[in-house]
Formats: sequence, structure tokens, C-alpha cells
Amino acid sequence: MCLAVPGKILEATDLGISRIAKVEFGGVTRQVRLDFVPEAQPGDFVLVHVGFAISRIEEEEAKRAYDALLEFEKEMPEDA
Amino acid sequence: MTGFVCPVPLHSTETVLLGHGSGGKLSSDLLHSVFLPAFANPVLERLEDQAVLEFGSARLAFTTDSFVAKPLFFRGGDIGSLAVHGTVNDLAMCGARPVALSAAFILEEGFPLSDLRRIADSMARAASIAGVTIVTGDTKVVEHGSGDGVYVTTTGIGVVPPGVNLSAAHARPGDAIVLSGAIGDHGIAMLSAREGLELDGEIASDSAPLNGLVEAMLAVTHEVHAMRDPTRGGLASTLNEIARESRVGIVLREDAIPVHAGVRGACEVLGLDPLHVANEGKLVAFVPMQHAAGVVKAMRRHPLGAEAAIIGRVADCDPGMVTMRTVFGTTRIVDVLPGDQLPRIC
Amino acid sequence: MKYLDEYRDSGVAHALASRIRARVTRTWTLMEICGGQTHTIMRYGLPDLLPKEIELVHGPGCPVCVAPLELVDRAIEIASRPGVIFVSYGDMLRVPGSRSDLFQVKAAGGDVRVAYSPMQALKIAAENPGRQVVFFGIGFETTAPANAMAVWQAKRQGLTNFSMLVSHVLVPPAMRIILRSPANRVQAFIAPGHVCTVVGFREYETLAAEFRVPIVVGGFEPVDLLEAIAMLVDQLEDGRAELENQYSRSVTRSGNGPAQQLMDEVFEITDRQWRGIGPIPGSGYRLRDEYAAFDAERLFGASEIRVQEPPECIAALVMQGLKKPVDCPAFGTRCVPERPMGAPMVSSEGACAAYYSYRRHTAEVAR
Repeated sequence: MCLAVPGKILEATDLGISRIAKVEFGGVTRQVRLDFVPEAQPGDFVLVHVGFAISRIEEEEAKRAYDALLEFEKEMPEDA
Repeated sequence: MTGFVCPVPLHSTETVLLGHGSGGKLSSDLLHSVFLPAFANPVLERLEDQAVLEFGSARLAFTTDSFVAKPLFFRGGDIGSLAVHGTVNDLAMCGARPVALSAAFILEEGFPLSDLRRIADSMARAASIAGVTIVTGDTKVVEHGSGDGVYVTTTGIGVVPPGVNLSAAHARPGDAIVLSGAIGDHGIAMLSAREGLELDGEIASDSAPLNGLVEAMLAVTHEVHAMRDPTRGGLASTLNEIARESRVGIVLREDAIPVHAGVRGACEVLGLDPLHVANEGKLVAFVPMQHAAGVVKAMRRHPLGAEAAIIGRVADCDPGMVTMRTVFGTTRIVDVLPGDQLPRIC
Repeated sequence: MKYLDEYRDSGVAHALASRIRARVTRTWTLMEICGGQTHTIMRYGLPDLLPKEIELVHGPGCPVCVAPLELVDRAIEIASRPGVIFVSYGDMLRVPGSRSDLFQVKAAGGDVRVAYSPMQALKIAAENPGRQVVFFGIGFETTAPANAMAVWQAKRQGLTNFSMLVSHVLVPPAMRIILRSPANRVQAFIAPGHVCTVVGFREYETLAAEFRVPIVVGGFEPVDLLEAIAMLVDQLEDGRAELENQYSRSVTRSGNGPAQQLMDEVFEITDRQWRGIGPIPGSGYRLRDEYAAFDAERLFGASEIRVQEPPECIAALVMQGLKKPVDCPAFGTRCVPERPMGAPMVSSEGACAAYYSYRRHTAEVAR
């Protein structure tokens, strides 16, 4: 459920007990709270839902899984 | 009586809702349930964005519009330039050469005169660029708290050249659908300026006068069938209106519709569809297929048509319906929203 | 946009569809739980890419659709009180209550505001100390961490004018209801990827084992959903019944630790009504006693609210996958998005609205 959009952390600053990040979504940026992804750093991609990052995207895992799909696409020519 | 009460359906509400101003189905409902029955006349019933009145051999185009922009000043314009461009465009969409505008202001007590001067200057500049003059107007002041700073209402008159017959009812099967450029810029610029969204981007409103572009298109051929500027409600609303008025089907290609990257990003974040987002400097035209390439070429030579593209065609099936071939080659409906498109979380 | 564009790639999508077509030997009925997934399926026309042997039915994963009627009526009642600023996500504004909706409350002069985050509601409360600010906290587990943070922060800040009307619902209990129903036709599930991002997928492993049903945790882009469907078809054709994770770039078995910790601090599990379906034990969250001062349900009194649904609305059957929107006699005629009879026609993720907006032209609708 729920619209969660992937974005790239450009910079992060501490704000009291919380951390705020400037996250870029394809040309626009927005302030996002990093309370639930304390390990996320600038350069990481996060999934953002209602102003909070809910996960850090596992880039290596994403690449591995997507490469498997591409391999598969080569084997399986699309039928019109 | 079973004792069951239906949840009150929106369309039978007895008070005005914000959605009535959104350009979607509710706006249409208001028109059909209040104004058309009251004013009943054949010119109004054509439901164009302007009225074309005949005086002997001359045809005069006549339009009115009101502007309630919030915020008043935004990236790419202000309520003043928006008012001038919007009125000029309503006239241009029937092929008229815009001549003169009136401007009436409802001002809220306490509104800073410096802001008012800024708006007036902006309107003067916009009018000059569009080649029109603001020849008459009016001012009223309401008590503090009764308005949003300033509301602007305009009227505009223009002259329709002979041989030009644009109407939302004239689209024909086989017509190419031409879009003058990328969609969604104005709506996103306005949303970005609103508090709470905290969306930073370089997106500016595309507010602009389209009469020069229209002239360039009509110089290629007078056989353009229909033209409209997709303002509130977005491209989806405008195309659905034309499909309904002309009783034709419209088939679009998703991969042909230009959207700027920043607009796309903002729409993803807010859960909006660019097809439903307002524009203020774009037009969509229905051109017989044999003239389409020539018209697009002429548009691309004009600064406001640099990204012009053919985005679809008129079909003779499914009259009144707008469908789109997705990037996957599947088909989906492009619908009109009931009211305002609100950013969603789901 | 990275992590979006590549999951909308047409070549990859078609290859997945071919794989599914090549594997399938008989009909299978699959259900995607989440409304966001339903939206993607409709908007990209995925049923047109899939072989006719695959039937997709749509689950109750639309928090707007399942927010109980009593709660919507209560929200309307609270929002109508003078001195209250009622803050809600846009999704909820058009949901019909028994007699009205939040949009109409706003039109009648109620201070109803749209928010994009619960933190905005906190800000409004801090800026309006003389007014009672109530936030409509709907959602599944995905939205719970943010709502928990808002309440937790409100307590830390010592706010006395902020409360939340909580309507959080949990997915697994709803799946149990569906799986236990004697009329159930669903043979495999796509589990909601963002819910699992927060809570992990341990509970879904249990469900898969208990009911011997294949479950794949899926994402929200068309390639994610097609891949999840391909994985489910493989399981079904192989005779397996396991939990697999398609959305591995975001979902782990244990989920998001910090989020779960905060949710546990602020919320506890409770029984909840699901609109159309009825009461499901242990299927929702409510605020713990320590946060009672921020619980709008407790603060604004449990006045007797009598609810009435239109008799024609078959939302309950649609949301359990027992009927499709097109099976409803009111679909597209008396029930349309601008005149919704039930919640699935209001939210753009509701199955009825999604069908109507994107696919009412298809042959199955005409049937």
C-alpha cells in the first residue's frame, strides 16, 4: 500500500534527536526525515513515504535482481 | 421505507464546493445545473471558451475569465500576467486576433499598493508583448477578510479572420492531435509555491500568450478544426471535452506526450498524473492529417512551440472517450477527475 | 528517475509476460493485496499483457476503502465542531460517510485542511495553541511509523491541543479472513511491498505455511508486479507454497527495526472494523494508554453513531476478491467516482475506481 517514492540523499543534517535530509526526486528536492534509516548517508537512495524514509535501497541487491531480469529478457524474445 | 440513507452523493450537494472550480466533472455539473438553464441561448450552449458573434461580415470573439491565483506571485508570473495571457489565449483558441482587454479588480482592504503596482506593471508588460491594450476596467474594495488580496476579472475582444472556423465540436476522425509543448509546468509551479509541500525545484509556470503561435499555425493552413488551451483540469479534461463536443474518440500515445523532468519528479512525489495538471501556455490542436507535419514544423520555429509534437489522433470508434496507448502497448482510459486532483499517500 | 524508470521498461515487461505465458498450463486466481498495486495494474493495462489463464482479483489493501463507516462519521462529526482544525490526507476527503463527507464539512465552514505528512499537523497545532488539532491517522502498517512519530513528538513537546484519530489496519488478519472463507478462490498472493518494508515478512511466511499458499512480496512498479506474478506462477505450476521476496531492494525478513520500535512504543494491537467486511480481531492499531491524551477517539467521546450503507454496494465482496467491480449492478451507472456509493469507488486505489477510470472500455466490463 502506499505511495513510496525512491530518491537520492543529497545532504543530511542533524536536527536535535532527528536527522533531516535534502532528497532529490528526478529534478525536484524535498526535505525528508531519516529517523527510521539512521544508517543512510548522502549518495544513498531511500524510499520515502509521507515525509519519512522507510528504507534504504539495497543498490547491490537491486542490481543483482535487475541483471537477472535482463538476462532473462535476452533469452525470452517478446512476442509482439 | 427501509430506513436506508445513501451517503450524500457529491453532485446533489446544495452548496458550492471547492471542486466546482477545478475544471473537472463538478465544474461541468455546476454549469449544466445552474447557468445554462438560467441563461439559455444558442451561443452559450456551444460551451466554447469564447463566444463568436457576427456583425454583418465581421466576426467578433468575446470572452471573460476570472483569476483567483494563490499565491499571487510565483515563479514564471503573477496573477496579473496570468490574467492577460489567459484572456488572450481564450480569444486565440478560436483563431481570433486579440485586440483589447478590460480588467476589473476586487481588492481586499489592506492589500499593499506596492503589490498592486507590481501586478499592474506585469499586466502592462504582458499586454504589450501580446499586442493588446487594456482599455477599460473597474475597481472594488471589500473588507479585510473577505477576499484573498486581489481577484482579477477580465474580458477580451478579438477579430476572427475569414475562413477560420475553430470549434470544440469540429474535430473529425483522421485528425492529428498536436500539442504545443510539455505539460504540467503551471500546476506544479503553483503547488511548489504553496506552503507545506516543501517542494523545491526550478519549475516555473509556462504562462504565455499563444496568439503569435496560433497565427503561425493558421498561416500554414486555415483547415485547423479545433484548438484549446488545457488549463485547469489539465490535458485530460480538455481532450475529454472535445471528444464529447465533437462526438469522436481520441487515441493518444503515452510516449509522445512531453513532460519536463522536474514536473515528472514532482508528480511522482505527490502521486499526481501530469495529464490532470494545469497549463497556462500550451495548446492542443486538431489538424487534418495531411497538414499536421507542416503545422508542427511551423510551431517548432516559434519559441512557444519548440517542443510541439503529434500526440495522437481522432478515431471514429468509442465516441466521447479518450484512450491512450501506454508505453507497454496496452490501452487505458484517460479520464476526467471528479474534482480537484489532490496529492495522495496511497 | 532511478529505481523507477527501469521498472517501467517495456522490453523487460514483455519478456516477463512471455515467461508467464510459457509456463502457464491452467487457470490461476491471484490476488494483489495493496491498492497501490491495483492502481499500477490498471494504469499500465497489465491484464492485457497476461495470458487469459491468469485472473487477477483485488484485495482490501486500500486503507481509505476499509476505514470503518463509524470512523468516517466520527471524523465528520469532530471536524464539524467549532474550534477544531481537522487535518487529513487528501485521499480521505471524498469518502462518503452515512450522510456527508469531509469536503462538505469544509464547504459548510469547517476548518478541514489537507496534509502531506502528519508532521504538518503537529506544526499546525504548535502554531494554533487555542484550537484543537485532530489528525486523521489512516493507513496500513506503512504509514504507522510516521503517525507514531507525530504522537511521540507531541508528547515530548508537551502539546495539549493535538490528537490523532487512529484508523490503522493490519494486512495479515485480513488475509486470514480471505483464506478462511469457504468461498475463497484466491490461490496465491502478492504481498504488499511497502508494508513489508516496515514490518518484514515473517508473518507472511507463517501464512504461506499455514494455508499452503504461495506468497510473493511485490513492489509497485509494473515490472515488479509482473515479476511477482511470474514467481507465483512458477510456484503454482511447481506445486510449491512458499514465501518469496521480489522486492528485495527494499524488503528484508525482519523489516525496519527503528520504525517497529517506535510503533511498539506508541501503538498496541486492537480489534478493528473493516468497512464492508466487518470486525476482524487483532487487525488494527490503537494508541497505548500512555498516549491517551493524544487519542481523538478517547478525547472526543464515543457518542452513539448510527451508520447506514447503501444496500446496493457490494464493496465487501469486491475487497475480498469474491466479486469484481464489474459484477456490481451499480458499477458505472449509479456508482461512479463523482457519485460514489461505497469507498472502493472513491479512492483512486480502490478496485472499483481503478477499473472505472482506466479500464471500463474493456470487453470484460461490457460483459
